[in-house]
Amino acid sequence: MKSLIWLPFLPLLGTLVPLIASRLSRTACAFLTAALPALTLFLVLSHTEAIFHGERFFASIPWIPAIGLQLAFRLDGLSLLFSILILGIGLLVILYARYYLSAKDSIGKFYSYLILFMFAMLGVVLSDNLIQIWFFWELTSISSFLLISFWGDKTEARKGARMALTVTGAGGLALLAGLLLLGHTVGSYSLQTVLDSGDMIKASSAYPIILVLVLLGAFTKSAQFPFHFWLPNAMAAPTPVSAYLHSATMVKAGIFLMARFYPALADTDLWFMLVSLTGLATFLTGAYIALFQHDLKGLLAYSTISHLGLITLLLGMGTDLSAVAALFHVMNHAIFKASLFMAAGIIDHESGSRDMRQLNGLWKFMPYTATLAMVASASMAGVPLMNGFLSKEMFFTETLHQASLGSLSWMVPVLATLGGVFSVAYSMRFIHDVFFNGDPINLPKTPHEPPRYMRVPVEILVALCLLVGIFPGVIVGHLLYAAASATLNGSVPSYSLAIWHGVNFPLLMSIIAMCGGLIVYANRRHLFKFQAQFPVSDPKLVFESAVQYITRRASQFITLTENGSLQRYAFLTLLLAVVMTTIPLMRLNATAGLRPEIPVDALSITAAVLLCLSGLATVIWHRRRLLSLLTLSVVGLIVSLAFAKFSAPDLALTQLSVEVVTVILLILALFFLPQKTPKESSPRRVVRDLGLAAFVGGTVGTICYALMTRPLDSISTFFTENSKTGGGGTNVVNVILVDFRGFDTLGEITVLGIAALGIYKLIARMRLYMPSGDYQGRPWAEDKHPMLLAVISQSLLPLALLVSAYIFLRGHNLPGGGFIAGLITSVAIIQQYVAHGVEWIKTRIKLDYQIMIGSGIAIATLSGLGSWLFNRPFLTTWFDYFSLPLIGKFELASAMVFDLGVYLTVVGATMLILANLGKLTTSERPTQQEHE
Amino acid sequence: MEGIYAFSVGLLTACGVFLTLRGRSFSVVVGLTLLSYAVNLFLFASGRLKLNAAAVLGRSEQYSDPLPQALVLTAIVIGFAMTAFVVILAMRARADLGNDHVDGQVPKPKPPILQKGNTTHKAGGGQ
Repeated sequence: MKSLIWLPFLPLLGTLVPLIASRLSRTACAFLTAALPALTLFLVLSHTEAIFHGERFFASIPWIPAIGLQLAFRLDGLSLLFSILILGIGLLVILYARYYLSAKDSIGKFYSYLILFMFAMLGVVLSDNLIQIWFFWELTSISSFLLISFWGDKTEARKGARMALTVTGAGGLALLAGLLLLGHTVGSYSLQTVLDSGDMIKASSAYPIILVLVLLGAFTKSAQFPFHFWLPNAMAAPTPVSAYLHSATMVKAGIFLMARFYPALADTDLWFMLVSLTGLATFLTGAYIALFQHDLKGLLAYSTISHLGLITLLLGMGTDLSAVAALFHVMNHAIFKASLFMAAGIIDHESGSRDMRQLNGLWKFMPYTATLAMVASASMAGVPLMNGFLSKEMFFTETLHQASLGSLSWMVPVLATLGGVFSVAYSMRFIHDVFFNGDPINLPKTPHEPPRYMRVPVEILVALCLLVGIFPGVIVGHLLYAAASATLNGSVPSYSLAIWHGVNFPLLMSIIAMCGGLIVYANRRHLFKFQAQFPVSDPKLVFESAVQYITRRASQFITLTENGSLQRYAFLTLLLAVVMTTIPLMRLNATAGLRPEIPVDALSITAAVLLCLSGLATVIWHRRRLLSLLTLSVVGLIVSLAFAKFSAPDLALTQLSVEVVTVILLILALFFLPQKTPKESSPRRVVRDLGLAAFVGGTVGTICYALMTRPLDSISTFFTENSKTGGGGTNVVNVILVDFRGFDTLGEITVLGIAALGIYKLIARMRLYMPSGDYQGRPWAEDKHPMLLAVISQSLLPLALLVSAYIFLRGHNLPGGGFIAGLITSVAIIQQYVAHGVEWIKTRIKLDYQIMIGSGIAIATLSGLGSWLFNRPFLTTWFDYFSLPLIGKFELASAMVFDLGVYLTVVGATMLILANLGKLTTSERPTQQEHE
Repeated sequence: MEGIYAFSVGLLTACGVFLTLRGRSFSVVVGLTLLSYAVNLFLFASGRLKLNAAAVLGRSEQYSDPLPQALVLTAIVIGFAMTAFVVILAMRARADLGNDHVDGQVPKPKPPILQKGNTTHKAGGGQ
């Protein structure tokens, strides 16, 4: 069933089509855009027969199997119902939009967004993984944002889009939390597993939290009270978008979610309370407010809210057939509401207004469209022979059957009938106010019938209203059964889809609603007058002020914690780190472990005392910067001695040469910085910082001691055992660097190179204050390059280079290697700079350090790539032994090529930094190399 | 020996932390350098201390742990690159902003707090 994977991705591919095809004519663009969704619909429909026989299709591609992440899709009755709605109505909307959008709108962009939404929505209904559902869920919010703000030059479009994104996005976050908790509770993110473990979920203690979070997601998306306010504001979108997203599909995503998780989460008292009461409140509020809207689309928007509430109420009631009725109404509502939106779009398009106070008597101008709209709104009102009647009748029946409110249960059918009254009233208003009721008032255009093909989508949908209404069993019977079976996880109670169930209570409720609606509409003036007493509150303003309030609070909080002081951040970060560390340390029984300690000798004590004293001196004299640098270098020297003492000759060599380079660097830098630090810390701050420093130092020392006195079970025996046989070298540290962990080293030298280039860039345009003397005002020495230094360093150069070559060559078997050799070479060259100056060097050493870094990294990488030629993994090394007369037996290893790359990068990076920093005082400043 | 070693690491850390919390960039750089000494010693010590046991095959009876050494070796070199980067950044900041305070501007001393019914000035700003 791999073709299932392609189902949602065909539309994704289709997002590119309109962008390419937009150069062609609009009709060609529309047809090409429709091609891939049509193909997808065809593929979906090819599964119907099997699904009607109870089959379900699954397909998945593993992604990160270790943690159960996979791309998983499923196609069952519920997915099938929604896929057909998404693709079918989507195709009609594509055709409709071709005529709706004006020539100055970019139709390619519009179609592209629309198909992106289609992809997202298909992803939601076809996913078989919780996280994946959420991903597509958020994608629908984002594509909806793009579509609502399609006319981004209008304020209400931008505000409406932002509001929709905020509300549905926030709901999406709640949903994510809910789904994560759900997956965690079940132990799997596979949807099927979750659906099969309904009892376990409902019994778990996390159930109420999961339910509330998931329902928050569903309610925000499906515009349930009190989150309904975003939907009317989303009506700033082009009407095809309203017809597609905000009536037929996206707002049904919340309904879909509730239906999808019905076996896992429904049928508890909490579910009933939350879902059915929210649904009831939404149903009534929407129906009531819809009547008072003057905007045609506003009326339809509130009516949509009301119908979504009705479906939610049905899903919440938990009677035998309520879920079936809910799904049936999803279908019917999508059909009649999409056609009504399209009709409203036609009216807007051909008359230039959507205000029902201006729109009157359009029957005379567009009788054909009027007929279509009237049939559709009759369906909305629940008039017999229409599909809306059937599901509304089922709804009334189910309200009579539920008993969940105990002795108050009688209220539900009464309130449902009241909602029905208002539905009839606003449907009546849509028909009577627009098409009859006198003559149009001040319309911008003279209304006329739309282009022939703009009506086709409406005609198809209206025909469906009638066909489903008259032959429900034949047209949608199987589909509904399959969807209900998937929703209820198999057990569907028997029911009959028929127009006539005899004279019974539901029919009576329908008749009451019908008559009541007509009466309400006839007396609407009184109601309007009554409603006019209430102050009008614009949800946009309320929302905007809420957002501004939150933003203000957030920025207040941020200024409280983030005042721009680095010292404060560092303090808080360190404090947090050390507090977090002390907790596990307190659980440690004793500081010292069982490992025997090395006996103390006098030399070590002397070194340690010297180390501590120079460390303290660095702190005490830190305001006299040169002095503190000197003591700092003492610390560095003793550290390298410590490495030598404790059996790490490579580290000792590295530390020693880095020390030299660092001190030179810092002295150079100090030339350009103030020589003294002003005394500006308050005594309180000093005490505070000292306290924290002592605390951190104590903690680190304790950990260090506890670590060292405990026996070690290390993986390093692997390295010592395989160093000679596998890496061909006896210096294990070097073999680790160039062979075992060669990839790490490649990363390290790349970082080194990048840091050097970054520094070069920082130096390049630096405008510096150059002191003409030291901080006591004494001028610099006249003799910049003393003869003695020049002579000695020049004669030392070959020696130093020889040493570095020696260190490099022996590195594989004895302490040494590319890093150390590179540092020694750098020190030798820097010495020449110090002794002779840039001018002198420039004519003699012609090295481009940037090229050196680049070639170093390139050599190291190529030596790694070379192993591919021999079908080995990246950075596999090769070595063998050869013998030559005079020299004797020697070893050649590919690791040496890698080490050469390391060497070149280290020299290049060090010299690029130091030479350019040194050049700042001379006429060779690197500024002139900036191209601008 | 381990005790002395641990004490030294702790002391270097404390010195480094204190200097890192100072307000001028050069002190911070020196503090970070001290901290990196401490961190390198600490990481190295995670392989335990051994005398006369360099991880060179055939040169001694037992071998010290080579893995932390390899890690620390690259850490020393990268540490140098980072020190260089930070110090150049500090120079650049001073060149562009005209001061070497870590916040990019020297904080203004707090105005003296006037006590009610008392005209003596309390020392503010800690200059």
